[in-house]
Amino acid sequence: MARMTYLAAARAALAEEMRRDPLVWAVGEDLGRGGVFGQYAGLVEEFGPERISDAPISEAAILGASVGAALMGTRPVVEMRFSDFALCAVDELVNQAAKARFMFGGQGRVPLVVREPIGMWRSSAAQHSQSLEAWYAHIPGLVVACPATPADNKGLLKSAIRCDDPVVYMEHKNLWPLEGEVPEGEHLVPFGVARRVRAGGDVTIVSWSQQVHVCAEAAEALAGEGIGVDLIDLRTLWPWDRVMVLESAARTGRLLVCHEAVAVAGFGAEIAATVAEHTSAKVRRLGAPRAPVGYAPPVEDAVRVGAAAVAATARSMMGR
Amino acid sequence: MAKAPDAKKRGKARPGSTEGGLSQEQLLRGYRDMLLIRRFEEKAGQLYGMGLIGGFCHLYIGQEAVVVGIQMALGEGDQVITSYRDHGHMLATGMQARGVMAELTGRKDGYSRGKGGSMHMFSKERNFFGGHGIVGAQVSLGNGLAFSNWYRQTDRVCVTYFGDGAANQGQVFESFNLAALLKLPCVFVIENNKYGMGTSVDRATASRDLSKNGTPWHIPSAQVDGMDVEAVHEAAAAAVAHCRAGKGPYLLEVKTYRYRGHSMSDPGRYRTREEVQKMRTERDCIEGARHKLEGLGVEEAAIKQIDDEVKRIVQEAADFAQASPEPDAAELYTDVLLEV
Repeated sequence: MARMTYLAAARAALAEEMRRDPLVWAVGEDLGRGGVFGQYAGLVEEFGPERISDAPISEAAILGASVGAALMGTRPVVEMRFSDFALCAVDELVNQAAKARFMFGGQGRVPLVVREPIGMWRSSAAQHSQSLEAWYAHIPGLVVACPATPADNKGLLKSAIRCDDPVVYMEHKNLWPLEGEVPEGEHLVPFGVARRVRAGGDVTIVSWSQQVHVCAEAAEALAGEGIGVDLIDLRTLWPWDRVMVLESAARTGRLLVCHEAVAVAGFGAEIAATVAEHTSAKVRRLGAPRAPVGYAPPVEDAVRVGAAAVAATARSMMGR
Repeated sequence: MAKAPDAKKRGKARPGSTEGGLSQEQLLRGYRDMLLIRRFEEKAGQLYGMGLIGGFCHLYIGQEAVVVGIQMALGEGDQVITSYRDHGHMLATGMQARGVMAELTGRKDGYSRGKGGSMHMFSKERNFFGGHGIVGAQVSLGNGLAFSNWYRQTDRVCVTYFGDGAANQGQVFESFNLAALLKLPCVFVIENNKYGMGTSVDRATASRDLSKNGTPWHIPSAQVDGMDVEAVHEAAAAAVAHCRAGKGPYLLEVKTYRYRGHSMSDPGRYRTREEVQKMRTERDCIEGARHKLEGLGVEEAAIKQIDDEVKRIVQEAADFAQASPEPDAAELYTDVLLEV
């Protein structure tokens, strides 16, 4: 184990995979100077500009070329900087990368990782704050990963790079400095296996990305009141761990899904519906109002789902 | 569709445009407007350092001659649209310094009521259409502004600004084709400040001459010294006249330089301190205009008067921006298509 940040854990994962497999390479804007958040710092020195490749601000061309390169068997890791910017390349991702394997009868595979940092971060306003994971979960052919911890940001990124299908890899910008214990060397987190953050018997809370930490804070407070929370960090939205979620919800009889993204048509709706179809558990969702993220702190804070709101919802589900 | 607009009607010039070099009075005005932007941005940088401005804040210091020279070639009703390095454009279009600064501090009296911040401000009244955070995205929107001028049979022109970084976006080239095809009254302005974030133009663009980027669509163009407000104005006047006459789009590549980082968090390791210092001391647009004014015999007192006026406006804007209250959280629910 080594103590490192969420950011450094992903950097270590990429470096290890690039050492292991010469076909792994990365491309994006400003990677040569370490990436806009420092996620690539030092990598160009080790791997050279051919493998840590700078690109102009041309998201569609970058992603399209990466799909082609992936079809030829190389393994591009594409940096989009903000999930908001990646929308310039949504055709290449949704119409091309996601469908190539199916359309060509399995002859072509697209081993591509698209890194799309998400989330609210330091008053970044409406075009730099979005959490768009549900968009991609809706698209057949795409894997969607949303790591919440440094260890998972290493283990999931390594799995993503080794995956033969396109992975939309959504790190939360606010988590970059988060520190935690990270296994050294070969640490792979499989897709579709959730993480039980804490065990409890009264309310199941399902979350992912930064919101997991908010839910953990709420669960701590609820524990003091005698309410046991079974907190599940989904880790990947597609595939998602139905087994763990359904087992837990059936046992506690109460499911609360909580995410930072807009609640309307969010991925929480899918989980809530699935649980309602398969168990008799009472289901609730918590997410942002259907409004853009505002700049001024009072307006920005108004879309946050805080620990108090999570705890209050859990209490009301308990009839308290 | 309505009937096709009459090209002849669109060709009529309207008072408001100037052509060629600047008179002493105009140069004084240009000096004043550039200085206002410079002092405003310096103050914004200070307020950012004090924690009164948050998030992204892209300062325009060094590039002032570009928007000021171009704006002086425009008339009332012409539109302006740009990216996120937008404070200078807003001040040049005549938006109030206090309203811009109050938006930067995220207050209710800001142009977007605190909801937009540095990158997202608009003024319908001044025909400023933002303020866009996605690189290159405003270029296709600018075509729509220009299209509406054509469609409504006015002789108004849209100026679409974007940086050298955005010049590589696919939709920019798509917009060139569309504008040329429809002969839209649109002046495309590439503000080439040499760096797209931390990547120099040479490392991001295979073309060595961005003014030729419209060549496949036969868009006439010029390359301009963006550190000289008179040169910018002269080129802009020709470009605007071309568009106003109904001859289609025009492309200006303005060679400029930003003294500060891409945004407030940019350590600037991609260029040397000496490079920045050389531009500041040898090429500064405000110093250049001041020298010209002195050469024309303008008295020091007249220049001092402008300096004092600008200082007063900026201080007043900063005071206003700190005194204005924060928006109520309920603002989240205004101007959204939303059912609570």
